[in-house]
Amino acid sequence: MPGPRLDHYAIALRITREFKEGMLVNLGAGIPTLCSNLIPSDLDILLHSENGMVGYGPVIQDPERADPTLINAGGQPAEYRPGLAIIDHAESFAMVRGGFIDISVLGAYQVSARGDLANTVMPGKQIGSLGGAQDLAFRAKRLIVAMSHTDKGDRPKLVKECSTPITAPACVKLIVTDIAVIEIAPDGPILREHAPGWTVREIQDLTEPQLIVADDFREIDLA
Amino acid sequence: MIDKRVSSFDEAVRDLGDGATLLIGGFAGFAECPSYLVAAVARKEVKGLTIVGNSAGLGQEHMKKRMARLFKCPDDYYPPSFLIERGQVRKGILAFPAAMGSSRSPFEEAYAKGQIELELIGQGSLAERIRTARAGIAGFYTPVGVGTFVAAGKEVREFDGRKYVLERALKGDFSLIRAHRADRYGNLVYRGTTRTFNATMAGASAITIAEVDEIVEAGELVPEHIVTPGVYVQRVVVRPSEPRAWNLPG
Repeated sequence: MPGPRLDHYAIALRITREFKEGMLVNLGAGIPTLCSNLIPSDLDILLHSENGMVGYGPVIQDPERADPTLINAGGQPAEYRPGLAIIDHAESFAMVRGGFIDISVLGAYQVSARGDLANTVMPGKQIGSLGGAQDLAFRAKRLIVAMSHTDKGDRPKLVKECSTPITAPACVKLIVTDIAVIEIAPDGPILREHAPGWTVREIQDLTEPQLIVADDFREIDLA
Repeated sequence: MIDKRVSSFDEAVRDLGDGATLLIGGFAGFAECPSYLVAAVARKEVKGLTIVGNSAGLGQEHMKKRMARLFKCPDDYYPPSFLIERGQVRKGILAFPAAMGSSRSPFEEAYAKGQIELELIGQGSLAERIRTARAGIAGFYTPVGVGTFVAAGKEVREFDGRKYVLERALKGDFSLIRAHRADRYGNLVYRGTTRTFNATMAGASAITIAEVDEIVEAGELVPEHIVTPGVYVQRVVVRPSEPRAWNLPG
């Protein structure tokens, strides 16, 4: 039996390890926004939000303290942080399209072996939402996907070809799931890390494309 | 004397008729939503509208439930979906029409019944289509969307070895926006993230109407703090000091 699956906070925590001093990072709605509460206090990075904030802080958990005029891309109340800049929507996306975002973290319904991102139309739905994901997926310097490894029917979400419309082709560089960390490389997906108690075989069984096992394949370090 | 103040929301939307294209400001919450302008359009019972914006709203009850965990929610939140639920909207040009997860937004409900058309567009291309409409530019080439359903039927052109898709400017008949303070010239300042699509949409329609918390004397707004110059705004109207039911005239 494999180990338990990582919760959303653990996925978000692993992703924050990719953030480096001075970076401009965009966090999408869902698991990605959890990252804002898990960034080490001594790491000076700027968070960009689609609705026009650069340099915002963690999500405020107490409705009494929440300011509805300071919300993140998920519509959640964000903490003010010294250095915060407010811009309008066109400027916010000039920044995205202009290539200023170092890392974009997005959720996904499916990712293909070559890194196509499908996060627009949820399988089973008639229509979907693009939000800011398409601009980010096309133009961020590095795209990290946070997702559960399988869907509600336990079908793989890392697939050979996406079966739902793609948001952007060949854009995903790293996938952090509840059981593994996988890098999308030119030769195919590389299995880099596993959740505690998960073997290569168990991860491969829940993944459509063949995984290349990294030379330094190891357990995810969340300490 | 230049004076863009109007005395009521009904007066502000007096010439808004059937089939109008409305750029409706806001993003995801109540603070940046021009709720009383939306309510006035609902009272007018105009039909066949095209609405343009980020999200039409995920439904009043849904939002109240979800947002109540995050905020103390006001009773006077009327997102664009208010108009969809009343059958007033023919088409949406939106970035976020569908709810996340398996729940369905009012837009999705109307779409499932075949009552509404959708043009799905990402926030960046949507915002720039609106900005270019104000700026007198016919369109622009963006790398975003090439090779996806968004580029279907649009011109794709190569510049310096990279492919770009042509997106056309998107002008409205009315921009309905929300701001914090205004003066009689229509100059606007915004609080925090309420700037979002509101400032982007100002001036991108034949008529821009701003719903504001307060109108101050000319000269009280600090020139360097003004985000939207009054030239882009035709009418300003003040929100009531206490929440008012949507169906009350005013």
